[in-house]
Amino acid sequence: MTDTIPASRPIRRRIRALSDRSIAWLFVAPTIFLLLAVNIFPLIWTIRLSFTDFRANRPNREVEWVGLENYRRILTDPDIWNTMQVTAHFLVWTIALQVLIGFTLAWLINRKFRGNDLWTTLIVLPMMLSPAVVGNFWTFFYQPQIGLFNYVVSFFSGVDPSSFTMIGSVTLAPWAIIIVDTWMWSPFVMLICLAGLRSIPDYIYEAAEIDRASKWRQFWTITVPMVLPFLMLAVLFRGIENFKMFDLVVQLTGGGPGSTTELASINLKREAFEKWRTGYSSAFAVILFVTVFGLASIYVKALNKVKDR
Amino acid sequence: MSGSITEPSSRQKTVAGTLVILYAIITILPLVWIMMTGFKTGPDSISYPPKVFFQPSLEGYVNLFTSRTRATPEQLATLPAPANFADELARDRGMIITGPSKFGERFLNSVIIGFGSTFLSIFLGTLAAYAFSRFKIPLKDDLLFFILSTRMMPPIAVAIPIFLMYRSLGLSDTHLGMILLYTAVNISLAVWLLKGFIDEIPREYEEAALIDGYSRFQAFVKVVLPQAATGIASTAIFCLIFAWNEYAFAVLLTSGTAQTAPPFIPTIIGVGGKDWPAVAAGATIFLLPIMIFTILLRKHLLRGITFGAVRK
Repeated sequence: MTDTIPASRPIRRRIRALSDRSIAWLFVAPTIFLLLAVNIFPLIWTIRLSFTDFRANRPNREVEWVGLENYRRILTDPDIWNTMQVTAHFLVWTIALQVLIGFTLAWLINRKFRGNDLWTTLIVLPMMLSPAVVGNFWTFFYQPQIGLFNYVVSFFSGVDPSSFTMIGSVTLAPWAIIIVDTWMWSPFVMLICLAGLRSIPDYIYEAAEIDRASKWRQFWTITVPMVLPFLMLAVLFRGIENFKMFDLVVQLTGGGPGSTTELASINLKREAFEKWRTGYSSAFAVILFVTVFGLASIYVKALNKVKDR
Repeated sequence: MSGSITEPSSRQKTVAGTLVILYAIITILPLVWIMMTGFKTGPDSISYPPKVFFQPSLEGYVNLFTSRTRATPEQLATLPAPANFADELARDRGMIITGPSKFGERFLNSVIIGFGSTFLSIFLGTLAAYAFSRFKIPLKDDLLFFILSTRMMPPIAVAIPIFLMYRSLGLSDTHLGMILLYTAVNISLAVWLLKGFIDEIPREYEEAALIDGYSRFQAFVKVVLPQAATGIASTAIFCLIFAWNEYAFAVLLTSGTAQTAPPFIPTIIGVGGKDWPAVAAGATIFLLPIMIFTILLRKHLLRGITFGAVRK
């Protein structure tokens, strides 16, 4: 590049003479600056707003300092506890199902049948796609009578396809979002588990075979412990992502019916951008961030312990 | 090595293969169905039982790219002959095409914002990754963790102050605003992935170049960058896919000028109800490039989705 750009002599010499230390700072500074401006500054602003009763739709109204009032109200608000329960239900089930399906698929693919690469690539496709666009289309699959999902269910079970609406019913809606999320993200767990399975050297199994350990015993004493750090990493990623979950579920159910699928992010969006309770929702945002950060840090410590074992 | 005791038996392989292929077919079915629906007519798309075989039609694509009004048969009879197949198709349904729809614009916005933010995150990310990989930087690990932790915040939580900030800076609903925002989100991925790729390039190459009289900067441009080309390319695709798919910021911070396709496609409606073939046509055009990228990327996929934590 220096050949093609005719820089004047002094500048060229100056670039040439840059010490390693100044290059290091020159290279890192823009990234840090951008993150400070677009991430840290807003975060500090959020924390500041969380102590006020500011409303973004009335910027000229006088802002009052309310101290910890927002936090007190959030922790005693039954809506927030409902939201947290919905989020927990969604998290636990999506992670459980994705671990089960993902690990099983990886284990099967690791039997190294012919053409496994091709099928692996096909299975991975859903997770790379736009959750909003795909989620929107799933509302079509979930329609009673004409929907593909209802049709397939009725084809195998004999239940009338117009007798149930996945996203319109209070009992089924939480499962409707779990099904789509599991469809999208099981391949993620699969890919990571596959890497774990492939990292186990053959000689360990050969040694176990010589010791006449049964296949079942080999599975529990070799395969599972060796894949565990990988699996835990996959759970960490899925946990953080699904705690933040917004786009897919907004398109699928919008948090409804009622607030049966109102995940934390969806509740936050309603409070902040529909009810315009900016101060209150900022406090909730801070609580959410502290929760993710805290849980993730504890989890990473546990993960490192498993890795070192 | 068929004699190896750890090699699965051929019966095991058949069973495993059958199960995986079955899962793959079920999991791909919704995507195939979206693409098929794009070529159906309105009534075909909502028929019961769902139609697998149908007369293909371009109605969905015509509806996606045009806006139309209903016309009476008398009005239609007074019009000159249809100029093209789209006109003809619309008139068969008793409609007149009044102009292009907004889909083209929204798609273009996705392209501009996607490529703009990808270029910027790769540019900044490569510089930072090189510095983190090669130089002693005080608090290096803390800085790297700080960069990663910015990814843990729910987008809606960050969106509140960004919404206020952009409103006062005049960046709401602008391409520049969205490019900067997506760059900030993507840069953590770019730095972590690229640092991994640059770590794998032996330092000896640069040291040899330095001895040959290259400056540090020249060594970076002429030796490291070409070596890291594959890594840079796959990182770029990951950044592009993120920006392409992003919805939360887009729906909150854009409404017109800079709105991207993900918030727009779900709002496509037809006359008297949702026009599923048009939605499917839009989804197909929007999703297909990502499917192709995924297939191209398959070797680096794992690394990308785990921020470089797992390498094959």
